Amino acid sequence: MRAVVAVIGKDTVGILAKVSGICAEYKANVMDVTQTIMQDLFAMTMLIEISNLTIDYVDFADKLKNTGTEMGLQVHVMHEDIFNSMHKI
Amino acid sequence: MLNTGDILETIKMIQEENLDIRTITMGISLLDCIDSDIDRACDKVYEKMMRRAEHLVKTGEDIEKQYGIPIINKRISVTPIAIVSAATKQSPVKFAKTLQRVAEGTGVNYVGGYSALVHKGFSAGDKELIESIPEALAETKNVCSSVNIGSTKAGINMDAVAMMGKIIREASEKTAHDHCFGAAKIVVFCNAPEDNPFMAGAFHGVGEYDTEINVGVSGPGVVRAALQKHPDANISEIADVIKKTAFKITRMGQLVGTEASKRLGVPFGIVDLSLAPTPAVGDSVAHILEEIGLESCGAHGTTACLAMLNDAVKKGGVMASSHVGGLSGAFIPVSEDAGMIDAANRGSLSLEKLEAMTAVCSVGLDMIVIPGDTPADTISAIIADEAAIGMVNSKTTAVRVIPAIGMKEGDTLEFGGLFGSGPVMKVSSFSSSKFISRGGRIPAPLQSLKN
Repeated sequence: MRAVVAVIGKDTVGILAKVSGICAEYKANVMDVTQTIMQDLFAMTMLIEISNLTIDYVDFADKLKNTGTEMGLQVHVMHEDIFNSMHKI
Repeated sequence: MLNTGDILETIKMIQEENLDIRTITMGISLLDCIDSDIDRACDKVYEKMMRRAEHLVKTGEDIEKQYGIPIINKRISVTPIAIVSAATKQSPVKFAKTLQRVAEGTGVNYVGGYSALVHKGFSAGDKELIESIPEALAETKNVCSSVNIGSTKAGINMDAVAMMGKIIREASEKTAHDHCFGAAKIVVFCNAPEDNPFMAGAFHGVGEYDTEINVGVSGPGVVRAALQKHPDANISEIADVIKKTAFKITRMGQLVGTEASKRLGVPFGIVDLSLAPTPAVGDSVAHILEEIGLESCGAHGTTACLAMLNDAVKKGGVMASSHVGGLSGAFIPVSEDAGMIDAANRGSLSLEKLEAMTAVCSVGLDMIVIPGDTPADTISAIIADEAAIGMVNSKTTAVRVIPAIGMKEGDTLEFGGLFGSGPVMKVSSFSSSKFISRGGRIPAPLQSLKN
């Protein structure tokens, strides 16, 4: 199963390191990363493989969200299928 | 890799534009629960519903977490209770209480199907059920009722129309202490769909699967936000934007429906392609019409805008889903739509205009609060008018009006939550009594020579 992690917020040092650190800690394999700065806003999307997660998916998503909140960022973790179904015919 | 823009667009739709799955509704057939002993029948109903819907709420919540999409309601619809209760030859209120116990036991927020289908005539159990509606709704909290009184093929059962005026009044009077909420749980249909996932009119038709999952989507806020990006587009372009947006919204419904059906092990029925508003700011169908270019919903041009919107929603949605059904279209409930409430308050939206709007959109006169002293015959005549529009145009129409006991035009009835609040709207003071008292049937209309 693959999920998308989207991080949106004010650009600061170490966002990518922090998020990928959590992924590594719980055995989520990062498959692809894109990041852009739109105006002042940092937007990063990350595709991760979560079949071998060492904790429950919901707990994992919460951990990422909480870390984001601490850094003043919005973090969304959503199943890949939602984007595929909405944006591809 | 997915496109970052697409990912951010989806997140924005959910976070800022109130995109959600309005309901996952499990339809359950109760035909195998029929018994001449009412207590035994109720036991069978309870047992079957609890068994089938045991994991419905939990599954909905799991999908919500996994996909990050809010799923607002989890509901159940059942075979019209008049069919199930006919053999008992007793008041079917016990069934309503059983449905209430199931709602509490499973955690769903509504159970629909305290219903009768009488579009041509009454069969055993139908009259008893209709007469028991006010009591059943006053004594339960989460049970919804609907009655189909007409169809394009059968015409309109005017005896049933006359009864329903009285029943709606009585339901309101019996729940006057509770914002007249009884009347908000009754829908009177013409051409009722058998797979509708939306309340209060959901029931599980006899031609459906034994158990199935139907999904209703929402998203007026998303459509409006999409239109805001095209302030100078012409109507052809506007229709295209709506189609594309409806496609995306419906795809989400299709995904959730398929996933729920897989997890629960029951067939997937349909996606209802609907724009269902809520009183939340930014989740209004009226605001879409105003975004297109009306000063206030109800102004001349409203019917044309709504016709285009409704058609574009269907065109976009049809391709996004393998099976489409239910009510499918834009809903225009007054009390549940912030823009409609404002339009009614500022005097631009009248009952007559709403009636015209129902000729080109989904459903009908929905969640409209009328003066508390409106006679039952006048309510029946409102139902007859609305049913005639549905019958002649081969579409579903419905009436859900709430006589606000003790209130008059200009007052406001507060429901709270998803039901919002409704300004009491003006109803014609001229009598329709003689017409309603005649009874009989309006014959089915010609389907050719259409002019």
